Amino acid sequence: MNVISIVLVVIVAFLAGMEGILDEFQFHQPLVACTLIGIVCGQPAAGIILGGSLQMIAMGWANIGAAVAPDAALASVASAIILMKGGQGAEGASTAIAVAIPLAVAGLFLTMVARTLAVPIVHGMDAAAENADFGRIEMLQWAAIFMQGLRIAIPAAALCVVPAEVVSNLLNSMPAWLTDGMSIGGGMVVAVGYALVINMMATAEVWPFFFIGFALAAISDLTLIGLGIVAVAIAFIYLNLSEKGGSAAGGAAAGGSGDPLGDILNDY
Amino acid sequence: MAEKKVALTKQDRISVCIRSTFLQGSWNYERMQNGGYCYAMIPAIKRLYTTKEEQAAALKRHLEFFNTQPYVASPILGVTLALEEDRANGAPVDDAAIQGVKVGMMGPLAGVGDPIFWFTVRPILGALAASFAMSGNILGPILFFVLWNVIRYAFLWYTQEFGYKAGTAITKDLSGGLLQKVTQGASILGMFVLGALVQRWVSVSFPFKVSEVQLSEGAYIDWANLPAGGEGIKTAISQYASGMSLDPVKVTTMQDNLNSLVPGLAALLLTFLCMYLLKRKVSPIVIILGLFVVGIVLHVLGIM
Repeated sequence: MNVISIVLVVIVAFLAGMEGILDEFQFHQPLVACTLIGIVCGQPAAGIILGGSLQMIAMGWANIGAAVAPDAALASVASAIILMKGGQGAEGASTAIAVAIPLAVAGLFLTMVARTLAVPIVHGMDAAAENADFGRIEMLQWAAIFMQGLRIAIPAAALCVVPAEVVSNLLNSMPAWLTDGMSIGGGMVVAVGYALVINMMATAEVWPFFFIGFALAAISDLTLIGLGIVAVAIAFIYLNLSEKGGSAAGGAAAGGSGDPLGDILNDY
Repeated sequence: MAEKKVALTKQDRISVCIRSTFLQGSWNYERMQNGGYCYAMIPAIKRLYTTKEEQAAALKRHLEFFNTQPYVASPILGVTLALEEDRANGAPVDDAAIQGVKVGMMGPLAGVGDPIFWFTVRPILGALAASFAMSGNILGPILFFVLWNVIRYAFLWYTQEFGYKAGTAITKDLSGGLLQKVTQGASILGMFVLGALVQRWVSVSFPFKVSEVQLSEGAYIDWANLPAGGEGIKTAISQYASGMSLDPVKVTTMQDNLNSLVPGLAALLLTFLCMYLLKRKVSPIVIILGLFVVGIVLHVLGIM
């Protein structure tokens, strides 16, 4: 990688690091971060394909409550840098992901450090508030955000300066059974993200919709957009029906049971 | 009602909205999003309070503990703006009322914001865009980035304005119908799409051979005795279309057996296993690393 690419990669990594905590513009999502790194390194196609594949794995990675998922920002940035330096093009995407995920797990440590270091920063804000010092509070807020950017930018810079031969030798020295096995593992790891999401959303009421989706998706002619249309239609039908059921039973059983069929049966 | 002495301008509210983008910037283990909340409120505090004591008190008020899903902080900011405005105009709004509204709204709204944004909109947009991206199409990432940010900024601005106009009334609306319906609709949509994603994208396959059967003559295409040239290709294709096998030996893999039972069954069971482990408080990280190990071991053993 030449100097300009390295500088640009570090800038993308900095953005991804800030977004990793802000979660607003989504620069830390694989689709965006890997694509940007691919573009600044002159291998856009490989970056886009990597981003798409990693997005599928990182889908449900969200830090909700106590559950901590691997760091999507570091996973995106690290896998993209490894792919760019490995020189295998889009072919190397699954290997790059398999190498980057353990790194992303290690990156959680940095997240904890940054969030702990933010405690003294807000204590500084408390002191500034005593004097109604607006400028100082704003400055401290930005200092905290910059610290989060460095959290990813520093490891990214380190990965960049490791000589390309080391990365490609490492990738080439991995035996086929290991890389194939890791790709198989990568295919299964997707399930963890989905399981996290399902655990958050699932209630007895919405489980049937999961199985409708599961069964319909086996029809490979149906595109994701087609599936989306079916899903929206079903959601509307269900909401309308449950409202009608609720209002019919509203007079008799206040509140209803929330179950249209049950309400109809009750009326008999 | 007496004429208001000071009022927030639209420009103030726009500044607050833009600043709310950085809500989580100083996320910390002690009071979480407090720094970002205070940072977002600064333009309003500057407008509403003139004495140093009042400003200091307002800043400290908004450095109290706060944590919610970052986008649904916007309606809370809107309500807080309305309350601070009333207070600056002499209404009896005390610190406890403001803190109460913030704390009272952050829990239920996070319960709405997390499933809608993290578990419905982002996975759906992400899956759609990723399916473009995996074929190297740049439209995927662009679509994702643009749509997400349009949706996000529209949501931030309109809910903040809604909160500002509704003032304290919004807390009552939370128990009302509309919000519940949106949440319910989103979870139906989300579960449907999750079912589809598990089917399409979780890949668990067992290519090991269960049986090899030598087919009888006439059940497979006899490649050695086909007519030459294009005629041969035509014959082969028509024979294949009529159901003849390509090879004289019929190989059945474990995967063929599973697919004829329920396509994607293994992926479904794996997902359930992950859900079970997560419920048992096994860390997602342990599961992820474990799956890599399982993938490598089973591949070496020739099962996967």
